[in-house]
Amino acid sequence: MSDSPKHEHQDSGLVRFLRATEVDTRLLGMIGALLLIWVGFHLYGHFVNGYGAFLTPRNLWNLSVQTSSIAVMATGMVLVIVTRHIDLSVGSLLGFTAMIMGVVQVWILPKFLGLGHPMIWVITVAVGILAGTLIGAFQGFLIAYLSIPAFIVTLGGLLIWRGASYLLARGETIAPVDQTFSLIGGGPYGTIGATGSWILGIGVCIGIVWLLVSGRKERIRFGFPTRPMWAEYLIGIAGTAVVIGSVLVMNAYPWPKGIVRRYAAANNIDVPEGGLFISHGFAFPILIAIAVGIAMTFLATRTRFGRYVFAIGGNPEAAELAGINTKKMTMMIFALMGALTGVAAVIASARLKSATLALGQFDELYVIAAAVIGGTSFAGGIGTIYGAILGALVMQSLQSGMVLIGFDSAIQQMVVGVVLVVAVYLDNLYRRNSV
Amino acid sequence: MTNPVTQTSADPDTGKTPLVEMKDISISFGGIHAVDHASCELHAGEVVGLLGHNGAGKSTLIKILSGAYARDSGTIFVDGQEATITNPRQAKDYGIETIYQTLALADNVDAAANLYLGRELLTRWGTLDDASMEAETRKVMNRLNPNFTRFKDPVKQLSGGQRQSVAIARAIHFNARILIMDEPTAALGPAETEQVGQLIHQLKNDGIGIFLISHDIHDVFDLADRVVVMKNGAIVGSAKTTDVTKDEVLGMIILGKCPPGATPGPGALTE
Repeated sequence: MSDSPKHEHQDSGLVRFLRATEVDTRLLGMIGALLLIWVGFHLYGHFVNGYGAFLTPRNLWNLSVQTSSIAVMATGMVLVIVTRHIDLSVGSLLGFTAMIMGVVQVWILPKFLGLGHPMIWVITVAVGILAGTLIGAFQGFLIAYLSIPAFIVTLGGLLIWRGASYLLARGETIAPVDQTFSLIGGGPYGTIGATGSWILGIGVCIGIVWLLVSGRKERIRFGFPTRPMWAEYLIGIAGTAVVIGSVLVMNAYPWPKGIVRRYAAANNIDVPEGGLFISHGFAFPILIAIAVGIAMTFLATRTRFGRYVFAIGGNPEAAELAGINTKKMTMMIFALMGALTGVAAVIASARLKSATLALGQFDELYVIAAAVIGGTSFAGGIGTIYGAILGALVMQSLQSGMVLIGFDSAIQQMVVGVVLVVAVYLDNLYRRNSV
Repeated sequence: MTNPVTQTSADPDTGKTPLVEMKDISISFGGIHAVDHASCELHAGEVVGLLGHNGAGKSTLIKILSGAYARDSGTIFVDGQEATITNPRQAKDYGIETIYQTLALADNVDAAANLYLGRELLTRWGTLDDASMEAETRKVMNRLNPNFTRFKDPVKQLSGGQRQSVAIARAIHFNARILIMDEPTAALGPAETEQVGQLIHQLKNDGIGIFLISHDIHDVFDLADRVVVMKNGAIVGSAKTTDVTKDEVLGMIILGKCPPGATPGPGALTE
């Protein structure tokens, strides 16, 4: 029962650096891949089309909004795949819950509350998330207690919920949605503006520093090895730099001239010579996605629920023998997936300002791909929330990058498919070499 | 537990109530009687070797005691009181801990997470107290296996012996009174087997009752105070290891023949 001797003298500088900072090498790899995609598309646009459109505040802002709905669902898909299940129904479920919300806020609530009542969006969102949760829980029940494979249950769900949304609205598109509700989808008014973004950004920076300081204190209290001081500073500086950088980028994207003119007229503001610069700042969808990401990371790493999810994924029998109620856990995981799909449906339909029959079509594929590109393993037990969010960002970057440089939609699909397969292959290689 | 029944079969030598008594336990899977009216008992500080061929029902019997399987009929007594054991959680509440042959470790998480699986320490905010769990794990592992240093690695990356010590640590850390070890040395080398033997002696001296399950008599004969032999789901008999020879026990395992030094059970061969 002895450890094999460590060959520390053979380690290169990079290995020592990674060990000192305790940074996940997979995280670095994904960030590297993302930057490569971003710079690649920008340079391609710059040299081939004469205009690099990718690394502009406008595109990055749009990218953040477009990524949100998939990112929210991908965080839930991580837990589903970690426990060796799959959920193919999220796209259809998104469409169905969006349709329910459309019916509630356009056809039902205005009759009782009057059009534009401030409670409409609150009730609508609550109904949507509740509907998603209940449907997810029901699917989870079939999987856990009736032992029907998740693939089958959710494949059925994929067909059933898409059909249900057709029946619900008789195939109509429901629009326009409630004014306040549509703000959740972003757009110039659906943002927190320059000042709000700065307040939030600085708050997050303080949070990062606090986490580092309290984490270090904790390790010292228990006499565990700590990171060298320079590594702590480096992580702190890198983290806050990313936050402040994204605040700067989001604030650098101004409102379009037409909206500024209307806004100025409505609020009796004189538009100076050369126009008025009003920043977008962070849009609501990305704030929701970040909040969901933080909450889900907390759930996955700091709570019993999360610990059990990973234990079940690693060895379902061992989890059962340790006294974990694996059936109940499975049902709760699918209920959570449903709730997150409800949240994503709010974002997606608010962004579109309508509920359409095609909403969410093929989303299940993007969500699963995002989780898998983010390092979630189908063998179970392995996956991270931040990985899935980065995976969603990679997918969306590829798509909008190809749109920007004018790739054919057929080629877009093929590229995304190739990237998915290659990403999983690289991940396998990484795992084999890291052990 | 609404109607506690006091059992009667105290040890004839000492008059002490057994730590555990399983009475008339039966379970069948799809018409096959995996365990057929089996009874056995275990005293504090006693090591009982539960022997039998693969498929004799010994692992199934013990999984009923550890709560992994729900029995069809029969009663389990702990300290003379009827015990309700229908899931692993309840068994643990009685101080029954099991080291499974497969070790039952979640391979993808670290030693501390495995040690506390299902019994996590929480902070006052209800979140996982990983620091305390790691600190406790370091203490336990230092006692069991001083060479163990890989506290941050998933247990998948550990050696067989290291994984075994994590499984053993998990079983004894929560004040086990009854310890079940299913083929504890099957996957170990000679030195590690020796270590497990020493540990069993130490636990026995602490007054813990131990079931050792094995299909190989040589693994357990020297460690056990008593052997219980099963064949085709039924108990062949039990005997003090001082009253029988290895060959006689082998005869019990293979033929189901009870030697004069043993107490025959319902599964014993009758002439």
